[in-house]
Amino acid sequence: MKRLLTVSICLLTLITSTVFAQEQKMGEIRGDFQTDFQLYQEDSLIGAPPVPEKFLMNGYLNLSYTKGDFSAGMRYEAYYNALLGFDPRYKGNGIASRWASYKHKDFEITAGNFYEQFGGGTLLRSYEDRSLGIDNSIDGFKIIYSPVSGIYLKGLVGQHRYFFDKGQGIVRGADAEINLNEMFEKWKDKSLRLTFGGSFVSKYQTDKDPIYNLPENVGAFAGRVTMQYKKINMFSEYAYKINDPSAINKQIYKDGQALFLSGSYSTKGFSALLSLKRIDNMNFRSDRTATGNMLQINYLPSLTRPHAYSLSAFYPYATQANGETAVQGQVTYKIPKNTKLGGKYGTDITLNFSRVHDIQRNAINDTISIGQSGTLGYTSPFLKIGDELFFQDFNLAFGRRLNKNLRLIAEYVYIVYNPEVIEGHAGNMVHAHTGVLDLTLKLKNKKSIRCELQHLYTEQDEGNWAMALIEFAVAPKWSFGVQDIYNYGNSNSDKRLHYYLLSFSYTHNSSRMAISYGKQREGIVCVGGVCRNVPASNGLLVSVTTNF
Amino acid sequence: MKRILLIIISGILLTSLHAQKAKSTIPSVTIRNLDGVQVNTADFSNDGKPFIISFWATYCKPCVREFNSLTDVYEEWQEETGVKLFAISIDDSRTSNNVLPFINGKGWEFDFYLDVNSDFKRAMNVNLVPHTFICNGKGEIIWQHTSFAEGGEMEMLEILRGLLIEEKE
Repeated sequence: MKRLLTVSICLLTLITSTVFAQEQKMGEIRGDFQTDFQLYQEDSLIGAPPVPEKFLMNGYLNLSYTKGDFSAGMRYEAYYNALLGFDPRYKGNGIASRWASYKHKDFEITAGNFYEQFGGGTLLRSYEDRSLGIDNSIDGFKIIYSPVSGIYLKGLVGQHRYFFDKGQGIVRGADAEINLNEMFEKWKDKSLRLTFGGSFVSKYQTDKDPIYNLPENVGAFAGRVTMQYKKINMFSEYAYKINDPSAINKQIYKDGQALFLSGSYSTKGFSALLSLKRIDNMNFRSDRTATGNMLQINYLPSLTRPHAYSLSAFYPYATQANGETAVQGQVTYKIPKNTKLGGKYGTDITLNFSRVHDIQRNAINDTISIGQSGTLGYTSPFLKIGDELFFQDFNLAFGRRLNKNLRLIAEYVYIVYNPEVIEGHAGNMVHAHTGVLDLTLKLKNKKSIRCELQHLYTEQDEGNWAMALIEFAVAPKWSFGVQDIYNYGNSNSDKRLHYYLLSFSYTHNSSRMAISYGKQREGIVCVGGVCRNVPASNGLLVSVTTNF
Repeated sequence: MKRILLIIISGILLTSLHAQKAKSTIPSVTIRNLDGVQVNTADFSNDGKPFIISFWATYCKPCVREFNSLTDVYEEWQEETGVKLFAISIDDSRTSNNVLPFINGKGWEFDFYLDVNSDFKRAMNVNLVPHTFICNGKGEIIWQHTSFAEGGEMEMLEILRGLLIEEKE
């Protein structure tokens, strides 16, 4: 393996040098660094575990070289050891990815690690999200070709990255997309815009299971349509997967399905959006034994609003790939400026609602229980919604500029959260009401003060929380912040704790250093419905990012 | 592993020796506009005038603050410098269908694009959003900045004015 890597990098360097020798012209080198390190203090009160190393660090370096149609790059990663909350199998250092690519007009070929997404990603999405410790890049070959304007073809073969190694399974995929408005001259200026797409993805993994006879090749396909007509936009994607018993679905032989529908109407100052989703047994990984966030072939985002304020984001939703039915609606309206309600500058109002239920599951017969391993698991009528509520979010937000220098955002969020399903442990359904006030005051000489006041009310879980933040910034370089999150409503008086946090950041162009010192509550960090648990911690966190 | 690193570092040093002090240009990546049409980012231009490329997301509060602030001054800036703003949303398929309704709801009037799998973000070595680049009329990147605080837009205006003076000279 190492020899292969060495040879490929030698080749890369050789090609690069040859290119220089031939043309004596420099290509472009780009790169970026990120390093996060934390000094940990034990804090049994908040449940911060002892860290034997005291100091943990994650580091990343991306380097790429481009010369005309040719480009190549690599990523170096180091974990000494991985920060708490990241998978500890990220250990030591190594070249996490390396690639070379040639792109000429409508043709592109890549060898090595690459990222890709077919349509909405319901069937295939390979991506990186460092905050979640996700990097499911595919190591292999990828070809993209557009034979005529409006037709786009993609093909790929490879294996997923698995920490500093590769996953067992082989992923093969093809995608075709036709954009009628680009393809036909007559359609070019039509108000109706139509795009069709179709994908096929299969994985191969040997079957060594002593009990079950498992499919070694698992195929899946998907179709999608995007339509735009004047102010109306619609997107739909349907995916189907053949039986794929795995650790996640508890070895059932049921086929999988996913349907996603989204429609919106929008005009200047007003928009309405409605989305629907149904997932049934659609966990799709290149290794049937994989769990957590590893080796995922497809991407099933949650149909809920991502919250940005600390207390609103206390109870985030994570997609249940084994089955869920979800709906989300949103209306946005800008009350025009210079009106009684809108004020001098206008007022933004956003109303958002989402609700996620289980799918309806019926027993196959009297002798097989629902979800029993080694069977077809259950039957599920497509249009019926299961009784169990997983998650609900109703939120209303106002944004208004009060005068030339003062902006106000006010938000109310009501969340119903099922910890048994989302976190996988017993617990009562949580009903949480959160209010947020965010005021930004612009001062002279690029200075500003921002203040956040938040309150979360709930009779379940850890009870009520209050939060206050003051941030002083001197744009574009300096920022200082002080915040406290106080669990004053905890039913256990010993746990009515303050989580103080001091923060500082210095930004110079594209380089940024952020330092924070204080306590971090145990919680879940989620991006796009994919989550990771973050344990409680107390200490100094430093994050440095730069690019060149 | 050490050998591999040694080769890479030698490679970089070798290339650095050849380095000319050229400004970076915009890499060629395929993204989509809001009509779903594929666009090559290397073709971004503004008729010889400077332009801004700004990476953002609907769920990123500082990004929204940045665009609100820029909206207040955009018309004036366009008159003064002829600048154009290419706004690149990195919303993935969870929220990408909300980008157009979101923009319309806010009343923003920039040139919007979707980078749903962050291909362009990676190619531009963007770590965090908001991240803003200013390019001169030739499409060369002459300034970039990550994060946003109120008043930060004034530095951008200073850079754009500096570009105008350079061009006149």
